[in-house]
Amino acid sequence: MLDLTERDQGFVAGEFGPGARFAMEIVLSAAETLRATHLIDVVSAHVDSCIYNGQAGLDFAERLRDGGAKVSVPTTLNVASLDLLHPELNQGDPATLASAQQLVRAYVDMGGRQTWTCAPYQLPERPVFGDQIAWAESNAIVFANSVLGARTNRYGDFIDISCAITGRVPAAGLHLDEGRRGTRLYRLADIPPSLLEEDVFYPVLGHLIGLSSGNEVPIIEGIPLSTSEDRLKAIGAASASSGSVALFHAIGVTPEAPTLEAASQGGDVDVVEIRPQDIAGARDQLTTRSDLPLRAIAIGTPHLSLDGFGQLITLLDGAKIHPDIEFYASTGRDSLPELQQRGWLDIFERSGVTVVTDTCTYVTPIVKKIDGVVMTDSAKWAWYAPGNIGVDVVFGSLAECVASAMAGRIVRNPGLWDGI
Amino acid sequence: MASDIEVLVPGQAQGIVVRLEEPLSFWGGFDPKTGAIIDHRHPQLGVSLTDHIVVMTRGRGSSSSTGVLAEAIRIGTAPAAIVLREPDLIIALGALVANDLYGTSCPVIVADDRTFAALRTGCTVDIAIEDGAITFIDV
Repeated sequence: MLDLTERDQGFVAGEFGPGARFAMEIVLSAAETLRATHLIDVVSAHVDSCIYNGQAGLDFAERLRDGGAKVSVPTTLNVASLDLLHPELNQGDPATLASAQQLVRAYVDMGGRQTWTCAPYQLPERPVFGDQIAWAESNAIVFANSVLGARTNRYGDFIDISCAITGRVPAAGLHLDEGRRGTRLYRLADIPPSLLEEDVFYPVLGHLIGLSSGNEVPIIEGIPLSTSEDRLKAIGAASASSGSVALFHAIGVTPEAPTLEAASQGGDVDVVEIRPQDIAGARDQLTTRSDLPLRAIAIGTPHLSLDGFGQLITLLDGAKIHPDIEFYASTGRDSLPELQQRGWLDIFERSGVTVVTDTCTYVTPIVKKIDGVVMTDSAKWAWYAPGNIGVDVVFGSLAECVASAMAGRIVRNPGLWDGI
Repeated sequence: MASDIEVLVPGQAQGIVVRLEEPLSFWGGFDPKTGAIIDHRHPQLGVSLTDHIVVMTRGRGSSSSTGVLAEAIRIGTAPAAIVLREPDLIIALGALVANDLYGTSCPVIVADDRTFAALRTGCTVDIAIEDGAITFIDV
């Protein structure tokens, strides 16, 4: 039996309008599914329902909007199904793009901030340790829980905006201490230390953990204490694509895991060793085929950080992309002013790098030539793009992506995986 | 067979079971236009889920799966019902909202171990609206 506050009951009674009542009905259904006894307040929301997946999502959003619903907590919006700032990049059919625009309008009308990014944790106003939040978008969820120590369940479409409207979530799962207990220890064994210094290792590690972790909360032992946010982001995004990881701990790295004891809350864990051959197998799964001509490079999944752009600038070193290759870097529109100020947008334009905002190149048709392979440094892109946009994928490091883009064919760093 | 069932989304359904060997993300893994699995790494790539009783331990991956399932229900390419081993909010809400918007019926239930194990591909089952009880019609 759910214990509701007066305000909660006001929503149920329709005091805040029919849209808000519908939102509360959805929150209460979720509470029942999660066996929560009451609801708790959230300080912010991140809404994923603004990606257009068909008329149903639009019907839902318009029912809320037309019912007068507005968000009651600061709410960021996830990627849309089109680049709103660079409409010339959108290759999808006009009817779908028009519907995607309508959906965007509905979420803006309800008070969502036009961030259009899958990496809201790269915005200045990101949540802090212990904040209760209602976030959707699988990579954002796992980052918020694991790296920031904020608390969100694995929310999806519809419930995300419903929580944003009501400002309430079911008190269950990852919102509570006991739901955050690490239950399975992944111990790196005999992984070459040099590989731990390579960005490319981390999405592969995440991919492997996602495949095998089911509903467990993984604890990772053996990654360097200085592991960067971008590397943790890559672990999370990959593990939330190949699996359903919403929280992981990394001993000595993430905020709830100073020790194994802390990460597991003193409980039992089962132990899985990750050996070089496991990493090699996971890496190879991320390439669907490499015997076709290289057509494009896609990076920035999840949206590229400023550090990521800095690496790209260094690797480009002022050189030009091969004229036969399309090169896409996806990011949030909020990073554009900084990119402009640093003079990087001009460099990208001269080099032949297309900066995509508001969406992502595996979500919607942007890549023009899909008759060959697309190379990416993102396990998430590699996981979803074959099904979503019908391309074959080659997975590699960012340096390999840039070298390949310049050469016009796949270029490998032969020593990259030494010891694997 | 009476069993210990938890109803996440009520509804009545009857159909032939498709048991998924691995979890599926509806977003990126299932095409609502055709009703088929499009995840290139899924062992059942190409299998149609339309009007079937889809049995899987849990969902995976994208939080957009809710919207894709709702769209499939709207246009009639969705499973007749989904039977899980563990509660899954992302799947349950897709069915719940679509049923609410369109007056459709796509129940989502969580089965106990014994029932879950008995749900093999090819058998025909009926799911009751009141309590989600699963009746095996043809094994």
